[in-house]
Amino acid sequence: MDNILEARDLRKLYHRGSEEIPALDGVSLDIKKGEFVSFVGPSGSGKTTLLNILGCLDNPSSGTLRLAGQEIFAAGRMLSETELTRIRRRVFGYVFQRFHLVPTLTVLENVLLPFAFYRKAGLTTDVERLLADLGLAKRRGHLPGQLSGGEMQRVAVARALVNDPEILLADEPTGNLDSKRTDEIKEVLLEMNRKRNVTILLVTHNPTLARTAQRTMELQDGRLVC
Amino acid sequence: MKIYLIAYKNLLRKKTRTVLTVLGIALSSWVLASLLGFNKGYEGALNHDIDNMGFQVLLTAKGCPYEAATLMLKGGTGLRYLKESMVQGVAEDHDVAAVTPMLMQAIFDPNKGESGGMSGYLGVDPATFPQSKGFLEFKKGGWFKDPDAREAVMGYEAAELEQRDTGDKLLIPEKNVEITVVGILKRTGTQDDGTIFLPFRTVQEVFGRKGLLTGMGITVRKDADIDKFTERLYDLPDVQVVSMAQVKSTIMSLLSSAKVMVFSIALIAIIIAMVGVINTILMSVFERFQELGILKSMGAMPSDVFKLVWAETMFLCLAGSSLGVLLALGLARTTELLVRRLLPYAPNGGLVQIDWRLAVGTVAAVTGAGLISGLYPAWRAARVRPLDSIRNEAE
Ligand SMILES: Nc1ncnc2c1ncn2[C@@H]1O[C@H](COP(=O)(O)OP(=O)(O)OP(=O)(O)O)[C@@H](O)[C@H]1O
Ligand SMILES: [Mg+2]
Repeated sequence: MDNILEARDLRKLYHRGSEEIPALDGVSLDIKKGEFVSFVGPSGSGKTTLLNILGCLDNPSSGTLRLAGQEIFAAGRMLSETELTRIRRRVFGYVFQRFHLVPTLTVLENVLLPFAFYRKAGLTTDVERLLADLGLAKRRGHLPGQLSGGEMQRVAVARALVNDPEILLADEPTGNLDSKRTDEIKEVLLEMNRKRNVTILLVTHNPTLARTAQRTMELQDGRLVC
Repeated sequence: MKIYLIAYKNLLRKKTRTVLTVLGIALSSWVLASLLGFNKGYEGALNHDIDNMGFQVLLTAKGCPYEAATLMLKGGTGLRYLKESMVQGVAEDHDVAAVTPMLMQAIFDPNKGESGGMSGYLGVDPATFPQSKGFLEFKKGGWFKDPDAREAVMGYEAAELEQRDTGDKLLIPEKNVEITVVGILKRTGTQDDGTIFLPFRTVQEVFGRKGLLTGMGITVRKDADIDKFTERLYDLPDVQVVSMAQVKSTIMSLLSSAKVMVFSIALIAIIIAMVGVINTILMSVFERFQELGILKSMGAMPSDVFKLVWAETMFLCLAGSSLGVLLALGLARTTELLVRRLLPYAPNGGLVQIDWRLAVGTVAAVTGAGLISGLYPAWRAARVRPLDSIRNEAE
């Protein structure tokens, strides 16, 4: 019952002309609250597709998804952008391979950006603390252009966490970083998982990073292999 | 962090583009404000000119020619008369500011030109006529003061024709009355140029028309309803009314076709500015597809993104139109000189008048048009999905 995510037989078909590409071919999994799970697999195996559906960024073609016991996707029911946005606001934070910081805003402004659109009721995020935890305290007035890649990704992590999400999704967060910066991000993710009890779903090609997680799942041709 | 602040900062990102767009909007707003200001100023100045023509209403006996030219063609016949006592009654009307009595007479002068010709005399009241026609200027001398003085003021052409100067004598033929020329008017380009003005009592006496007038000039109060007033005048027995309002409406209808032109140009100016706005905003939306998608993954609703892009449009238009209006205000005098050079007839007074209402109106109109133009780019932005941004990432 303490499963935060329950996926059953998720499928995703892409159409390219008359060709049908089964990007996801029946994936079922359970993820517990506070778990740190990594997804690995060859390129094109469906990792991003799976993460996007688990993170309510996309509708599956079929299958069901339950979020904290509540049915999100069920047989054939598609959610609108607005409905998806409502769920995303409440539950998820996202980190992508590219950092996607707004170049004209300072570090602090970038981190606070989600509040321009939504702020969880009764939320008292200690932003200073968050910045300090991520080693950004001295950087808060800087523009993204003045930061290293690792720092930029840490800003992106801070931004993803500012609304205190239950689940953090990270799709190849270290894809653009060297090994030293990758280690930094690894530490950050581990710490956030432990300290804040955030559930983390991580997609990565980096074996070391993947091993950081409590559980690793491997995808091949749209199916889980272990 | 407010959405407006994000919008504002985003405009600063591409400074050159923002500045160019703002300048484009400013130029169109400048044209718009100047054109509207000109439209307003011109109308005002024209009204002012017409109002200064003297009396706005001429009251004559029914069937009486009221132009000296007609009178002369008819050989001085066909005159009909009003009783002088009517002046009092008309003057008491609440819409009347002043009444000036007039008595017109014409007589054949055998010494005029080679084979003789008609001479026209207009008897006027020295107490009221000079004020009614305050714009008449003297080349020499001035008005007679006495209502029954044997003195005359000659129109520019009349003086040329008769070769008279101030101090010279003038003989009224048939009547054998000699009068002294005390003033000669400058050329006006109106029928006044060929007229010989005498005190009206003198005309009454010399021509044997005691207690009679051919007409009276009526100056109407500023706030009067001329149409209603004219109707009231027709209640008097056997009169006809000639109103400057008719003249004015003729000029105004000429002007209205010019107005259509002015507004078409203004419209084109706005359209050009708006095409620029759409182009700029759409470009910035396309460039930021990823970023907008990421905003959505952060919890921005389609309406939030719509607001963001719309706010950018609004800032551009507000800045541009305000600048344009300031430009129009600052350069009003230059515009005026230009316009004067271009126009065949320009009345006196300020031709380009931009007041605060026009300024606010221009800013509102341009910003309103901008917000309408911004609908499409904002809608496109609102439709961006977070997924699109992430997909692009792979490529
Ligand atoms: N929008 C799309 N339209 C058509 N096909 C798509 C689309 N998105 C993904 N695919 C296909 O679905 C399959 C799975 O793609 P996905 O991006 O999930 O793989 P991945 O495991 O994340 O790969 P990588 O490691 O390279 O990121 C691939 O064959 C891909 O070409
Ligand atoms: Mg991927």
